[in-house]
Amino acid sequence: MKFIIAIIKPFKLDSVREALSGIGIAGMTVTEVKGFGRQKGQTEIYRGAEYSTNMLPKVKLEIAASDDIAAQVVETIQTTANTGAIGDGKIFVLDIASATRIRTGETGETAL
Amino acid sequence: MKRIFCNAAAMLTGAVMLAAPALAAPVAEAATVAAEAVAVATEAAPAVPNPGNNGFMMTATVLVLLMILPGLALFYGGLTRSKNMLSTMTQIGAAASLAMLVWVMWGYGLAFGPEGNEYISWGKFFLAGVTPDSTAATFTDEVISEYIFISFQMTFAAITVALVLGSVVERMKFAATMVFTLVWLTIVYFPIAHMVWEARGVFFVMGALDFAGGTVVHINAGVSALVAAYILGKRKGYPSEPMPPHSMTLTMVGTGLLWVGWFGFNAGSALEANGSAALAMINTFVATAAGGLFWMLTERAMGHKGSALGFCSGVIAGLVAVTPAAGNAGPFGAILLGAIASVVCYFFVAKVKAKLGYDDALDAFGIHGVGGIIGAIGTGIVYSPALGGPGGEDFDMGAQLVTQVTAVAATIVVAAVGTAIAMYIAKAITGLRVDEESEVNGLDISEHGERAYN
Repeated sequence: MKFIIAIIKPFKLDSVREALSGIGIAGMTVTEVKGFGRQKGQTEIYRGAEYSTNMLPKVKLEIAASDDIAAQVVETIQTTANTGAIGDGKIFVLDIASATRIRTGETGETAL
Repeated sequence: MKRIFCNAAAMLTGAVMLAAPALAAPVAEAATVAAEAVAVATEAAPAVPNPGNNGFMMTATVLVLLMILPGLALFYGGLTRSKNMLSTMTQIGAAASLAMLVWVMWGYGLAFGPEGNEYISWGKFFLAGVTPDSTAATFTDEVISEYIFISFQMTFAAITVALVLGSVVERMKFAATMVFTLVWLTIVYFPIAHMVWEARGVFFVMGALDFAGGTVVHINAGVSALVAAYILGKRKGYPSEPMPPHSMTLTMVGTGLLWVGWFGFNAGSALEANGSAALAMINTFVATAAGGLFWMLTERAMGHKGSALGFCSGVIAGLVAVTPAAGNAGPFGAILLGAIASVVCYFFVAKVKAKLGYDDALDAFGIHGVGGIIGAIGTGIVYSPALGGPGGEDFDMGAQLVTQVTAVAATIVVAAVGTAIAMYIAKAITGLRVDEESEVNGLDISEHGERAYN
């Protein structure tokens, strides 16, 4: 089992979610986050007073997937969230030690 | 019975007035006879207010209250940081309330009392002698109920002192704002209101044009705000720490309420529901529209995005500039004034202010002071019939400009000196400024024991 963490641009959330549903991903956790990377922050101006914010809003997706589709999930996110511009985000993949469904107590891939 | 008789006399006067311009010379004599008959009738009974004018002025008066609460409170409040939202709004509400009480105790007497000279008046303290039957003169031979005139003028005193507080928010003690309000109204506002608006006042006699308060309200408030900000000092962290507005949404709501209320302020300053009020009304639409758009255009021209705060600021700059000109300009003169004031105020607050090193937190001087000066002097230009203004054919622009500049300069001096005195009195009594910890925690919690958002 793989745990996939993807940081993407907020406006890409809907299309990524649809694309992942298309390949059989039935659930994910979504969090609004702020951060910075190579993309610079944005500038706000109020009556001439300029404030540059170095944190930008992003969306973090967390998906647990079985080993056989994990690679496909990564590829789907990579192609769907891609705009070609700096700031498109990153995808990280971790190994999952165990998974448990709270309602039934099922473990392993059946719990996903 | 008495009331009915008087109304009939008033209507007859109105009929003669309406008819007079239409009458050709041969019937002028008949009109004179009729007028004499009316004069006899009105001599027998005192002038009685026209209910239409009274109703209009009551509406205008509460519209000015709408400008203060919630208009100005939301406009200013949205511009502050969220930890000072309640403090900002409460200072405005409380200062305006104190102004209302002071006004009926001695303010009205000092500004519009029966005795007096060109600088101040006295009498009618605690509204002595005013009854529901008392009347106040308008600019024609109509009258309105004196209680309405007192109330209308009361709201002007209230909003002017509330405007001043825009420069000192986020760091001045609540108690200090109250002491300042009391002293400042007494030594600055009442004398200036007398000098500009009372028939014996020095600038009224000089013929200074100030329809709804360009000098009395806006230059006065703006200059006072500047001096108060200098004496109080900068907010902790200004200008290195970011202090963006915490709610542009509420600022936009406040801007809208100010614009709506300003029709009471400007059109109501005609004191009658007449053509002069109508002119003030259309000017309050178009000058403001020009102000809002020209600020955004200036932002674009300077390579920035047209912003919501830019629109709101331009709207206020346009309103401020058209205030002295409301009934003293044609609609296109008013547009010109609104547009110019907006562009100049932009450069002042966005470029010049940063170099001067004072902390006028909400730009009370940058918009009300600067916009007010442009409006007050510009009124001497757009009054000209050549620009569609109501001035006569013999209008002397040069002489009028000298008068306007004199009134502006005198207002600046009185406001600056009086504000310094009021601030130092407030400092002696209350300490003026909150301590550093209170300022960092925000005045909402440290001065009022509440938070705006939970």
